[in-house]
Amino acid sequence: MQDTIANLKRGERAIITDVSSIHIPLKLLEMGCLPGNPVQLLQVAPFADPMYLNINGTHLAIRKETAIHILIEKIADE
Amino acid sequence: MSKQINVALIGNPNTGKTSVFNALTGLNQKVGNYPGITVEKKEGICKLPRGVKAHIIDLPGTYSLNASSLDENVVIELLLNKNDKDFPDIAVVVSDVENLKRNLLLFTQIKDLEIPTVLVINMADRMNYKGISLDIPYLEKHLETKIALVSTRKNQGVDHLKDLIANYKDVSVTPCIDASEIDAEYFGNLKKAFPNQLLYKLWLVITQDVNFGKTDRNEIEAIASFKTKSESELKRLQQKETIKRYQFINNVLKKGQTIDASQAKDLRARLDRVLTHKVWGYLIFFVILLTIFQAIYDWSSVPMDFIDSVFASLSEWTNDKLPAGAFTNLLADGIIPGLGGIVIFIPQIAFLFLFIAVLEESGYMSRVVFLMDRVMRRFGLSGKSVVPLISGTACAIPAIMATRNIESWKERLITILVTPFTTCSARLPVYLIIIALVIPDERFLGLSYQALTLMLLYLIGFGTAVFSAYILNKILKIKSKSFFVVEMPNYKLPLIKNVALTVVEKTKAFVFGAGKIILAISIVLWFLASYGPGEDFNNAENIVKAEYASENLTEDELHQHIASYKLEHSFIGITGRAIEPAIRPLGYDWKIGIAIVSSFAAREVFVGTLATIYSVGSDEEETIKNRMAGEVNPILGGPLFNFASGISLLLFYAFAMQCMSTLAIVKKETNSWKWPMWQLIIMSAFAYVVALIAFQLLK
Repeated sequence: MQDTIANLKRGERAIITDVSSIHIPLKLLEMGCLPGNPVQLLQVAPFADPMYLNINGTHLAIRKETAIHILIEKIADE
Repeated sequence: MSKQINVALIGNPNTGKTSVFNALTGLNQKVGNYPGITVEKKEGICKLPRGVKAHIIDLPGTYSLNASSLDENVVIELLLNKNDKDFPDIAVVVSDVENLKRNLLLFTQIKDLEIPTVLVINMADRMNYKGISLDIPYLEKHLETKIALVSTRKNQGVDHLKDLIANYKDVSVTPCIDASEIDAEYFGNLKKAFPNQLLYKLWLVITQDVNFGKTDRNEIEAIASFKTKSESELKRLQQKETIKRYQFINNVLKKGQTIDASQAKDLRARLDRVLTHKVWGYLIFFVILLTIFQAIYDWSSVPMDFIDSVFASLSEWTNDKLPAGAFTNLLADGIIPGLGGIVIFIPQIAFLFLFIAVLEESGYMSRVVFLMDRVMRRFGLSGKSVVPLISGTACAIPAIMATRNIESWKERLITILVTPFTTCSARLPVYLIIIALVIPDERFLGLSYQALTLMLLYLIGFGTAVFSAYILNKILKIKSKSFFVVEMPNYKLPLIKNVALTVVEKTKAFVFGAGKIILAISIVLWFLASYGPGEDFNNAENIVKAEYASENLTEDELHQHIASYKLEHSFIGITGRAIEPAIRPLGYDWKIGIAIVSSFAAREVFVGTLATIYSVGSDEEETIKNRMAGEVNPILGGPLFNFASGISLLLFYAFAMQCMSTLAIVKKETNSWKWPMWQLIIMSAFAYVVALIAFQLLK
């Protein structure tokens, strides 16, 4: 199984590899949630939902139900 | 020549668009609604060099021209309709220096509509601090536009922007992206079917799924030679378009912008670590809430008392100075108290909006939405429902208007339906007087029983709101795309000017919106209370005089008895007695019945009505209270306001939907009478049942 944003741990960074345009609001794509862009998980609310992310320089919060549709590849910490 | 230039101010949320608007227009602005819909419309006049004037419209914040809410729909509707009287001669896109990349997406879309578009890069004063440098000439050349670097905080660059607006004819209208690149075949067909139309504009018309431009779309679908695509295919194309736009933007910014990350000092990260923390975050939010409540009640009691006494004496003065007659009565007992009933809430509402404006401007509100979303979602609400529920403690009307930014219709509707349960300030006068009557003024472990009761009533309000949301979530079968994307803006020190303008604006909206209704109702109530059928009413004076002939009453006392007698036999009085059988099981007599009937218009009318019925000359709480304490229950004996009937009355007022203005605003926001009628029926029935149970158990 591939990693999704929902699997990120706090502080981890990744690169978005694919998004399912049917399950994800266009608004999110327009905010920079597109393949190739970096993402970092900054904070999670209790019960790991919603998630507070930095996607391509934009700080935003999304629900977990959306996060599972954004595929990523984790970047190892330097 | 003094042609007025139409300017549309467009931008992402949190870019400081409102600051730019305020800097351009200052106090020359007004707020209204777009015709036919409830979305707020802000416009203002800006004086440009050489006597030219610009008419500036501040459009709702949007991330793109793909509308997902009513607010955003306004933007695209204006930009696509050349015949609109507000159609812009020039579009000003406001962006923020730190989020330039994302802001440019909207910019390229607007430019592709071939409207002259200039770019404002706002918050330029943060550039050094964030280690960002921009090559403006390069950006101007490749984006084919004019750029104004602006800092509203330091008042820089505004004059340059005014120059650019004045010279709008020099701005290029070349598109950034050729729409047909998105899908050559599809756009080729589109072009063939509509050779005279702008391709990108057609594309936008086709893809919008909000109730927009139906005629246009039907026209497109009616042409057989042109094959429409399925929704998911369209979505895929929209994604492709977005990627294309980002490619273009990335290419431009690669050379036009350099960011030295080592320069950036991250205050945001540190603040976020505390403010969105699992424990500290909630604790801080709780403390902020407490402070707000404390402030709303403590700070506003002084101006409220003042307003109260001013209107009372104004009413008295009118009665004394004007010749006696129906008109004087209407003025003194209908219109002036009616106006007073509106004006008295101004301090509370102003304070509430002051706090909300500061929290929004500073960027904190988004963190609250983040913290509360999971909790609220359990009950079918959204994190964004927190703001309406808090605002509801001042007044449900602005609170219901604050639901507009909730994307999911179901979550928004539920928020609208449950908000009136939160304890608004109009319940406070009723609560205070009844608590003073039936709850002992004693302390337990240093806590006052009376204060505890009041707090409990607030908790009951919130609790019921949340609980009924849970039920509504289960029974309402509404399918609505529920997604939740909240931008977490950078923390900012709020600009005093912005906060002040918001407070003035919202308070004005309340006074004129709700005010009209409260005033109208007061006049109707006055009529129903001042007129009645038959001998009893018309001959009240003689009857009362005869009755008290043996007693030595002063002129004043006699007048009070006459007034009381008249009210008893007026239309309202008759209604009150007619419903007595229904409310007797709740522990009330017909006098309370009258007060309840008249307070269906607005709760705070309760105290005033009792004052009239108990023939108390002044509205002084102390005198009304004494009179109420002495009242005897006609059936059961003993005091009428005892613990059981008092609690029953408190609960009735906690739940019943007694506010015409709220019903009116719900009708406006939901666009049908269905929901306000359900609210009225269900809340009142619930109030009745709870009050009944309480009285029967406690008596």
